[in-house]
Amino acid sequence: MPGFDFSNFNRNAALHARGVPLPKATSTGTTIVGCIYDNGVVIAADTRATSGPIVADKNCEKLHYIAPKIWCAGAGTAADTEFTTALISSNVELHSLSTGRDPRVITCMTMLKQHLFRYQGHIGAYLVVAGVDPTGVGLYTVHAHGSTDKLPYVTMGSGSLAAMSVFESTWQPDLDKEGAIALCSEAIKAGIFNDLGSGSNVDVCVIEKDKPTQLLRNYEKPNERGQKERNYRFPRGTTAWLNQKIISKEDMKKYVTVETLSGDDSLAEKMEVDS
Amino acid sequence: MVAPHGVTGMLGEDGIHVDMQHLKSGEVNLVPVQPGMAINFKDGVILGADSRTTTGAYIANRVTDKLTQVHDTIWCCRSGSAADTQAVADIVSYHLNMYGVTNNEAPSTQVAASLFQELCYENKEMLSAGIIIAGYDPRHGGQVFSIPLGGSLHKQSFAIGGSGSTYIYGYTDAHWREQMTEEEGIDFVRNALQEAIKWDGSSGGVIRLVVLTKKGAVRHLYLPDNGYTGPGVTN
Repeated sequence: MPGFDFSNFNRNAALHARGVPLPKATSTGTTIVGCIYDNGVVIAADTRATSGPIVADKNCEKLHYIAPKIWCAGAGTAADTEFTTALISSNVELHSLSTGRDPRVITCMTMLKQHLFRYQGHIGAYLVVAGVDPTGVGLYTVHAHGSTDKLPYVTMGSGSLAAMSVFESTWQPDLDKEGAIALCSEAIKAGIFNDLGSGSNVDVCVIEKDKPTQLLRNYEKPNERGQKERNYRFPRGTTAWLNQKIISKEDMKKYVTVETLSGDDSLAEKMEVDS
Repeated sequence: MVAPHGVTGMLGEDGIHVDMQHLKSGEVNLVPVQPGMAINFKDGVILGADSRTTTGAYIANRVTDKLTQVHDTIWCCRSGSAADTQAVADIVSYHLNMYGVTNNEAPSTQVAASLFQELCYENKEMLSAGIIIAGYDPRHGGQVFSIPLGGSLHKQSFAIGGSGSTYIYGYTDAHWREQMTEEEGIDFVRNALQEAIKWDGSSGGVIRLVVLTKKGAVRHLYLPDNGYTGPGVTN
């Protein structure tokens, strides 16, 4: 029979009705931020990926490429941020090839919001879109349901509250490149240290007018594993004993069957080796 | 029938029932519940809104611009789900601009309101959008329309909407006058919004206004830092 098969829907609904929970997707408790400055824009992210209470990846990449001068930071469902940015990156490149112009941040943001709105929030991608285009510097947030905001500094993910507190207390309107990088890094660190869903390292991406984009992978590593001062390998003889008894091979034969193998390979099964 | 916690479906003799309302309640709704309003005055219309957007208890954006341009002198005031109202406004904006270039004449406010109503009524099950449309066109002058949740369309001399609006029904009713001057109109809208912000916890931030007359659109901004007295005109 041609067409779609919906039989699994009934099975899943029946299981669900009996209290079987729906499978949970790997999601990233995350801190992502972005901040514009006089000549460009900086975005940054932590590098922890979680599935439930487990740290699934200690050093994952949450900064996604869209175009050479448009990058995206992603929070929410890991697979959704990955595939949504890849899809829009592809369409943005085709669009710029067809128009013969450099892609714009607002174009990318519109494509993302229309894609996400169509899926009514079922695609769990929460994004910070940033870049430089012929019209100037752009920085936007896109929520999974398809709403967007345009602000000079933004935060998203579970660590957004911690990160926003840094922005709200130390941001100033006349930042330079170094200041913007330091501020974003500080905001991510607030997420790393104060939010359970965020952790490990700081990734930074700097997009500047008339300069190549810099991806500063692991710009800061505030959680490096130090050398352990002690280990659990105890030297031979650590355990004391009260007495010892040596059993000979003859004595052992009273309890178990002992078979001695000859040196040749006839008895032992030969191992197959690719020739 | 009460389903156990975390169970959203039921298996009856006649098949499976999935509770759609429950699935919907899981949504993280981005809602700018706001006091938004638009009024008619002597030479045109004035739109006003606060700037707060919330996700639950968190303020996702404290300087939101809820006054959205859909044509040169046709603007709307969005309340409800941010995603829904942005999507609707984007579609209407596309159609109005298309109308403008194909007919070589600006669309009337009525046309814009009808487009909004079409989208809000036909998709009423999927949308949570309360929109006020205000515009100026040379033939009809300033006009105000409001489209509440069900998708009905009402032409009014002034309209209020959003969560904060319940607090200012009394104020607006007591202070509304036909044929106010621009200054009087601005004071009326600003004072009403100030009251709404004062009493409604979901409203706050700055006050944004747009004045639509034959001269075009003029934006105003009023900050809480100085008790919403300035800076005033911003373009």
